[in-house]
Amino acid sequence: MSNVLVFIEQRDGKIRKASFEALTLGREVAAKTGGALGAVVAGSGIGGLAPELAAYGAAKVFVADKPELALYSCEGYTAALDAAVAAFAPAVVLVPATSMGKDVAPRLAARRKVGLLSDVMSLEVEGGRLVATRSVYSGKARATVAADPGAALQIATPRPNVFPASKGAAGAGEVVALDFSVTIRAKVVKLEMPEAGELDVAEADKIVSGGRGIKGPEGWPVLRALCHELGAALGASRAAVDAGWIGHEHQVGQTGKVVSPTLYVACGISGAIQHMAGMGSSKVIVAINKDADAPIFKAATYGIVGDLFQIVPALTEAVRKAKA
Amino acid sequence: MNHVVCIAYVPDTETKIKIGADGKSIDEADVKWIVSPYDEYALEGAIKAKEEKGGTVTVVTYGPARADVGLRECLARGADEAVRVASDGLGEADSLGVAMALAGAIKALPCDVLWLGNKGVGTDAQTMVPMLAELLDLPHANLVTKLEWKDGGVVAWREIEGAREVVEMPFPCVVGAQKGLNEPRYASLKGIMAAKKKTIAVKQPAEVGVDPAATTGEKAAVRWTKLELPPARQAVKLIPADDPAKAADELVRLLRDEAKVL
Repeated sequence: MSNVLVFIEQRDGKIRKASFEALTLGREVAAKTGGALGAVVAGSGIGGLAPELAAYGAAKVFVADKPELALYSCEGYTAALDAAVAAFAPAVVLVPATSMGKDVAPRLAARRKVGLLSDVMSLEVEGGRLVATRSVYSGKARATVAADPGAALQIATPRPNVFPASKGAAGAGEVVALDFSVTIRAKVVKLEMPEAGELDVAEADKIVSGGRGIKGPEGWPVLRALCHELGAALGASRAAVDAGWIGHEHQVGQTGKVVSPTLYVACGISGAIQHMAGMGSSKVIVAINKDADAPIFKAATYGIVGDLFQIVPALTEAVRKAKA
Repeated sequence: MNHVVCIAYVPDTETKIKIGADGKSIDEADVKWIVSPYDEYALEGAIKAKEEKGGTVTVVTYGPARADVGLRECLARGADEAVRVASDGLGEADSLGVAMALAGAIKALPCDVLWLGNKGVGTDAQTMVPMLAELLDLPHANLVTKLEWKDGGVVAWREIEGAREVVEMPFPCVVGAQKGLNEPRYASLKGIMAAKKKTIAVKQPAEVGVDPAATTGEKAAVRWTKLELPPARQAVKLIPADDPAKAADELVRLLRDEAKVL
C-alpha cells in the first residue's frame, strides 16, 4: 500500500469543510502506508486552491479545470478523479461522504471494479487493507467492514463531521493539470437555492429540531429564535414533515438526512428509531419533551422533561446571556 | 417506454436487530422483511409513467427465494414482470457484487428508464444507483425528489446540501428515488389476485454473466468482519424543569463547561 488520494469538493471555488476532514484523514492514512498524499479537485477557474490543500499536507494537487466542470456532474467529476487515479496510482482513495462524494465514489468503484467502504465512522489500516466501522440497520448495529487486501485500489467515504480537520506539516502542493476528455450526459443545468440565510442540517455544526410536540407550523419561530442564538440549523422529525408543517429538506432521519452535529437539540421529538438513525451519531444530544418516557431520553446526553414552549424560550435567553 | 425497477428486500426498519451466531451478520429468525421503502418511490414512479405513456415495468432483485414475496408485492401494485437473480446458498455479496448481478440481468431487458431507491435500507451504503449506472454505461441522477418528462429524456431535481440541482439527461438513464418524489400506492385486491398468477423468472448468477465464486463471501470486494450492537450511551443527565429559567441556565452551563460544545 502506498499513495493516498483525496477527492476535494468545491462549490463556487470554496472548499467544503468535509474535504479538509477527508484530507486530514488521508494524511494519517498516508503516514501509515508510507505513501504520498495527493488531492484532486475539479471545477472551472479553480487553479488557486492548491496552497490551501498543501497546508493540510498535500504533496500533489491534481487540478481538472474545464468550463464544462463549472457545475457538478457525476460523469465529469468522476472522470477527473479517475484521471488522477491513473496519474498518481494511489492504493487508497478517500472521498467525503457528502451528496457529491456518495455520487462520485461508487461510480469510480464500479469503473475500477473495486469495493467501496461507504459512509465510514472510523478508518484504520490493518494488514495492508482498510478496515472501517459503519452504522447499519438504522443505527441499531455497527458493522466492521474490510476491503479486499488484494485490490488494486481501496476506496472509502468518511462521514462528514466525524473526523477532525487539522493542518499538518505542509506538503509541496505541486500542481498537476489533468488532461482528459469526457462526455457529460446528465447535466446540471441549474442550482436552486432555498431562502437566503437558511443553514442546511446536513452541514450544520449545531441543529435544533422540532417534532410533533411543536403542535403546528406556528411553533417554528420559537425554535428558530434558538437556532439564531446558537448559529444552528433548523431540523424536523418525519412527523412534522409529513404533517406538512415544514419542507422535506429539513427532515432528519431514515427518510431524511443523516447528520452528525456537535450539538443536537431535539424539541418535542419522541425519538422513533427512524429519527435516531439520522441523528444518533451526534456528539451531544439534548432532549426537551413533556413525556418522561419518550425514547429520545435514552439517547440524550442532557434532558429536560417539560413544556418546550416554556423551556426553549428560556434556553434562547440563557444562551444570549451566556454569549454577552 | 419501458421501465426497469430494482428493489431490495430488507429487514423492516421496525425489526429488533439481533446479532447472528457468526458475529458478523444479523440473526434472521423473527425478522420481518419488506421492500426497501425508497424502492417504493422508484416503483411508483415507473408505474405512473407507464400509466401515462404506456410501456412495461419489469422489477428486478438479487436475493434468496424469500425475496419473491417482495417481487410479488411489486407485481400486485402494477409491475408487469419480475426477475430474481438467485443468491440462495451463496455467501454475502457487497454492493459491487450485487450491482454486477443486477446489471447482468438488466442488460437483457428493454429499458428506457432504470429506477431504484436512493439507498437500500439496512446496509444504508447509498452506492447502488451510481454503480449500476456506471456498469450499464448510463447517465444517472440520485436523490431525486421531482421528475419531469421532456423530449428524449427527463429533468430531475436532486436534493443536495442546502440546494437542489436540476439535472437534465437523455434516455436511457437511471433515476434514484428520494422521499418526496411521489406517494406510493397500495396494491389493489385485483392486483394482488393477478400477481398470484404471474411467474417470477429466476436466473442463476452464471446466466447473467456473474461468477459468484469471485464476488461473494471471502471473495467479495468488501466484507463484513464483525457486527455488534452500538455502544450503550451514558444515561441521560436530567435537569429539573420546575423553574424553566433556572433549568435553561443549568443546561447552558453543562453544554459550555462539561460538554464543551458552546
